[in-house]
Amino acid sequence: MRPIWKEDPSPAYQAIKALILGGFALVIVVPILVVISTSLASDKDIIDAGGYVLWPSHPTFKAYQTLFSGGLMGRAILVSVFVTIVGTAIALAVTIALAYATSRPVLFGRPVLLMVLFTLLFAPGIIPMFLVVKQLGLLDSLWSLILPGALGAFNFVVLRTFFMNVPGELLESARIDGASDFTILRRIIMPLSKAVIAVVGLFYAVGFWNAFFNALLYLNDTSKWPVQVILRTYVLQGKSLSADQLGVHPPPQPQSLQMAVVVVALVPIAMVYPFLQRHFTKGVITGAVKG
Amino acid sequence: MLKRTSSVAQVKNGLPLKAKWRRDWQMVLLMIPGVVFLLVFFYLPVIGNVVAFQDFQPFLGIMHSEWNGLQNFVNLYANPDFWDALRNTLLLAAVQLLLFFPVPIGLALIVDSLVSNRFRRWFQTIAYLPHFLSWVLVVTLFQQSLGGAGFVNNLLRQAGLDPIPFMTNPDTFPLLVVAQLIWKDAGWAMIIFLAALTTVDVSLYEAAAADGAGRWRRLWHITLPSLRTVIVLLLILRIGDILSVGFEQFILQRDSVGPGAAEVLDTFTYYAGVVGGDWSSGAAAGLAKGVVGALLLWGANSLAHRLGEPGIFQRRT
Repeated sequence: MRPIWKEDPSPAYQAIKALILGGFALVIVVPILVVISTSLASDKDIIDAGGYVLWPSHPTFKAYQTLFSGGLMGRAILVSVFVTIVGTAIALAVTIALAYATSRPVLFGRPVLLMVLFTLLFAPGIIPMFLVVKQLGLLDSLWSLILPGALGAFNFVVLRTFFMNVPGELLESARIDGASDFTILRRIIMPLSKAVIAVVGLFYAVGFWNAFFNALLYLNDTSKWPVQVILRTYVLQGKSLSADQLGVHPPPQPQSLQMAVVVVALVPIAMVYPFLQRHFTKGVITGAVKG
Repeated sequence: MLKRTSSVAQVKNGLPLKAKWRRDWQMVLLMIPGVVFLLVFFYLPVIGNVVAFQDFQPFLGIMHSEWNGLQNFVNLYANPDFWDALRNTLLLAAVQLLLFFPVPIGLALIVDSLVSNRFRRWFQTIAYLPHFLSWVLVVTLFQQSLGGAGFVNNLLRQAGLDPIPFMTNPDTFPLLVVAQLIWKDAGWAMIIFLAALTTVDVSLYEAAAADGAGRWRRLWHITLPSLRTVIVLLLILRIGDILSVGFEQFILQRDSVGPGAAEVLDTFTYYAGVVGGDWSSGAAAGLAKGVVGALLLWGANSLAHRLGEPGIFQRRT
């Protein structure tokens, strides 16, 4: 409903607004659609269209079959899934515990909080991080992709802000009934903050899935490469996939294969996005405004 | 049963340490994993920055490498590649700040003025999505769209025109970078402004309209002032992060545009140190960047306090 004091919009204003927003949306959607369409296009579609296909007239999953019959992509997906799941689980456990413990006025709470907030101000730098990971013997281990990202200051602030708003009386009464701090965390705090925890978990998961530079820095062993590094090497840098990486002769058009790699990196994000979108606004705003 | 009160006085000097420990030991236990993580993956590397003051040799390690004072920084000062990287960083940061920062504010104002809720939700759903895509994916999508063999240039060729080297021209690289940033994050950055706009008191608009203020005067005198705090906050965060400019974005495109345009402080650190084996120069550049970044953040925050804004690090009263 238009409030009564608002002028009726002139058609010119309306048109300009629609043009800006529609154009912005189009620029986002079209490249993604072209990539998906091309990955599903048959060889004939691609040759007819001279490269990219807006709408595949003979859709086929051949590119995906080829991609998955070789060892390369399957392994990369396993690596990425492992890093994402294990990383998210560890990161959530560490962050929840720390956020809860610092959300109440307890022994060492204040200095530990300052320890976390300082990480927002200063970054240690690439070289010292590399040296530490190397000293710990984590080079060429998947743990090098997981452990350095196990505590995000932003996610910590979001969770802590939420935990602080759980009324203290609720926790006191549980304590009087004999509940320990562990029990309170498990039986009261966590059930109350399911939605926020889910959003923070998804933020972590998206971060682990998307991480690229860590893998470039810490992994020399190509058999441990996650999906993002595969995407960079075989699509962005245009290195061609060899026959034994594909396992099918003759392989389909390289164009549709490359686009299939892009789609593989995109699909998990597209799958969690509807859930994320429903809940993140709240999380972001509590974190940013009250943090 | 000891009660945990949130009264500052009592926490500070209420109970003896032993009683607090007996009350809080489980909480302290819960902090341990996080603290260990911070010590190992944050504070240890922070201390590791001492290699910036050493002639660091990997086979000798930090303990046995020789100290050489400020020699690495003197070398950096004489290194033209470092100055290139610094100049690129500052140029790209300035372009990003000028061209990117206003975009989400503008988008938020337009979206906020929409009356149709359906159109608004539909636009938000599309606009937020790219934020969750990795930089590899974003750069790949740009390459497939605007690259030499991308579909835009395909269309140009089919229309008999010359292809445009969007992705490889070092002169227009800053614009390309900003375009990518807008594509990826402008929609996402809009959220916070939209949230701030919903807190504006509608009766202000109503009163202003009754007094004869048109849409532009309402925008200037009501809407923008109420966004001021959020704008300042985000500007500070942006300035603190300015020297990072978006590391993955540059490392992914350094090959195609060349280091002349795409080398920034972070990529310089990586290529000089990890790739080139000159660990100490890399670490010196990284440390210089970290310190300047922290100072910028601090300075911007103090300035905001001076101007009467809350900023990000609240001053304790």
